[in-house]
Amino acid sequence: MSVKSTAAKPRTPRTGTRGGAKRREGEPELVQLLTPEGERVQHSEYSIDLSPEELRGLYRDMVLTRRFDAEATSLQRQGELGLWASLLGQEAAQIGSGRATRPDDYVFPTYREHGVAWCRGVDPVNLLGMFRGVNHGGWDPNENNFHLYTIVIGSQTLHATGYAMGISKDGADSAVIAYFGDGASSQGDVAEAFTFAAVYNAPVVFFCQNNQWAISEPTEKQSRVPIYQRAAGFGFPGVRVDGNDVLAVLAVTRAALEHARSGQGPMLVEAFTYRMGAHTTSDDPTRYRLDEEREQWEHKDPILRLRSYLEKDGIADEAFFAGVEEESEALGKRVREAVRAMPDPDPMSIFENIYADGHALVDEERAQFAAYQASFADSPEGH
Amino acid sequence: MATMTIAKALNEALRKSLETDPKVVLMGEDIGKLGGVFRITDGLHKDFGEQRVIDTPLAESGIVGTAIGLALRGYRPVVEIQFDGFVFPAYDQIVTQLAKMHARALGKIKLPVVIRIPYGGGIGAVEHHSESPEAYFAHTAGLKVVSPSTPQDAYWMLQQAIDSDDPVIFLEPKRRYWDKGEVDTDGIPAPLHKARTAREGTDLTLAAYGPMVKVCLEAAAAAAEEGRSLEVVDLRSLSPLDFDAVQASVEKTRRLVVVHEAPVQLGMGAEIAARITERCFYHLEAPVLRVGGFHAPYPPARVEEEYLPGLDRVLDAVDRSLAF
Repeated sequence: MSVKSTAAKPRTPRTGTRGGAKRREGEPELVQLLTPEGERVQHSEYSIDLSPEELRGLYRDMVLTRRFDAEATSLQRQGELGLWASLLGQEAAQIGSGRATRPDDYVFPTYREHGVAWCRGVDPVNLLGMFRGVNHGGWDPNENNFHLYTIVIGSQTLHATGYAMGISKDGADSAVIAYFGDGASSQGDVAEAFTFAAVYNAPVVFFCQNNQWAISEPTEKQSRVPIYQRAAGFGFPGVRVDGNDVLAVLAVTRAALEHARSGQGPMLVEAFTYRMGAHTTSDDPTRYRLDEEREQWEHKDPILRLRSYLEKDGIADEAFFAGVEEESEALGKRVREAVRAMPDPDPMSIFENIYADGHALVDEERAQFAAYQASFADSPEGH
Repeated sequence: MATMTIAKALNEALRKSLETDPKVVLMGEDIGKLGGVFRITDGLHKDFGEQRVIDTPLAESGIVGTAIGLALRGYRPVVEIQFDGFVFPAYDQIVTQLAKMHARALGKIKLPVVIRIPYGGGIGAVEHHSESPEAYFAHTAGLKVVSPSTPQDAYWMLQQAIDSDDPVIFLEPKRRYWDKGEVDTDGIPAPLHKARTAREGTDLTLAAYGPMVKVCLEAAAAAAEEGRSLEVVDLRSLSPLDFDAVQASVEKTRRLVVVHEAPVQLGMGAEIAARITERCFYHLEAPVLRVGGFHAPYPPARVEEEYLPGLDRVLDAVDRSLAF
């Protein structure tokens, strides 16, 4: 399977999609600063003022993240990865929130936060180890204050809350951001994290990427109220932001992190977005959702809308877009080559890092397995 | 040397750890002003404040999950689960997160979390207050599991568990909380994961831990009146388990009976029997026997003494072993 060019092309807005993300009946307004057509709009509560360079940077981040994601999907199809969880369509939610964090903040991701990892300076190649099957995480979380991916849904929201409690104890003014999905909002751990964060006034931002689908189950199977409204019941604010609008996500997340840092406690941000691809490469979304829905969301594409704005306002020229395209191809190539060169772990590594202080049984089994393996070296040839 | 109960020894150990290391924090339900339902944290909230001795919401997964986050921030949380049967809401956090995170980060992060669980029966409690969940935890790589049986061990083993960079499940034999014994608070403690010979003997080895050590010592004393010399090994640590010590004892006595409160089926006794049979096949005069709970839910209090291994059931197993 070939990788499609990911450089966004200008498009013609269709009628019927003007005026921002389409709302369902009874659905609340969401914070928006950039319409799907790329028009800057104002919001009474949230504003943002970015330099041209910063705006171009957000575009570059989103394009490179999409390119990386597409490459990983291809590598899975080619058998180089066992599985891949694509972020296609969620670039604005991740880049906007990731760029809102400070270096001393701490990020607790689920397993799809490739764009946030990018913002934190994690080498994308590191993200692929667990999907290739060479490790179960594989990076030092403290190097970029970016915790390991967490697969059991919602568990990391509690780790984030505990970490934030520690920040309070230290008297530091950093904040924590915990990512989770609409499906995870049903988990008990997420409710418990909300309770603990509220009770201890912990500086944590709960960032829910509501991408509308938890594998095959729609948000309606998770909640009878808009997810951001749940925060009220726990005693802290919640806000819904257009998750395909990188400017709005950045503005809202910045404000939420500042809210946490300034001692006002937790906040819930619901980024209203859409997963354009499958849940993972093992999934077949054609079995449970309609093409029309995806098409509708295609017109809210986060990259296209920022590109429209950059072009219309003369913030970026063709040379810039061509440069990003070139860079994204180079990234794809680097990732491809790095994954193919990734060695299988030494079988003896099974026994490593299980305990910090060692364990007699691990030592015993390691020695037995080493002796068993060594026994093959002594076998006569041909046997 | 001071004389104190196991409960007091645990309380002193927590106090010592709080004094020694400012990163130690206690977390749990009712551990503040009340001092815990068993008063193990008595007075600590008053002396160390609510930043060090944290009353938590009633949510076990939340307690352990946030303890993990605190550990990631550099703290050494000591969590109290109120009763054994209440640990299961936190089981996911313990088994899927706490146990594995050090390995997943290729050793780059440490998870020095201690989970204290008052466990076992014999106090006439209601349902879910008398269970012995040790096998679930000992089965999971990444966790260490220990259980003291004396005030001396309670005092030192808890401090050692808190000092450990690994997650430790610390099982407190709740029906022994009020047993008294000598505690040497100045000496050098035995290594956390070494078994201890609680009584020397030559005819048969009884291996036990936590609440059953006392029962085995009583059985050995009773057997001595009949001219039988039983050795009692207090395992102290269940993961790792000191098989060398059990092996050495069995090579001397040639017979082994393992005693625990937990159900026999797939319990610690099964593991010990299998490994000791492997190691000591030619030394054994009889199959390794197990005495423990039945394959039944922990029974109502009025019949729990029938369920729990007592002196007679242990001696019956001794007779069966010696009859081979």
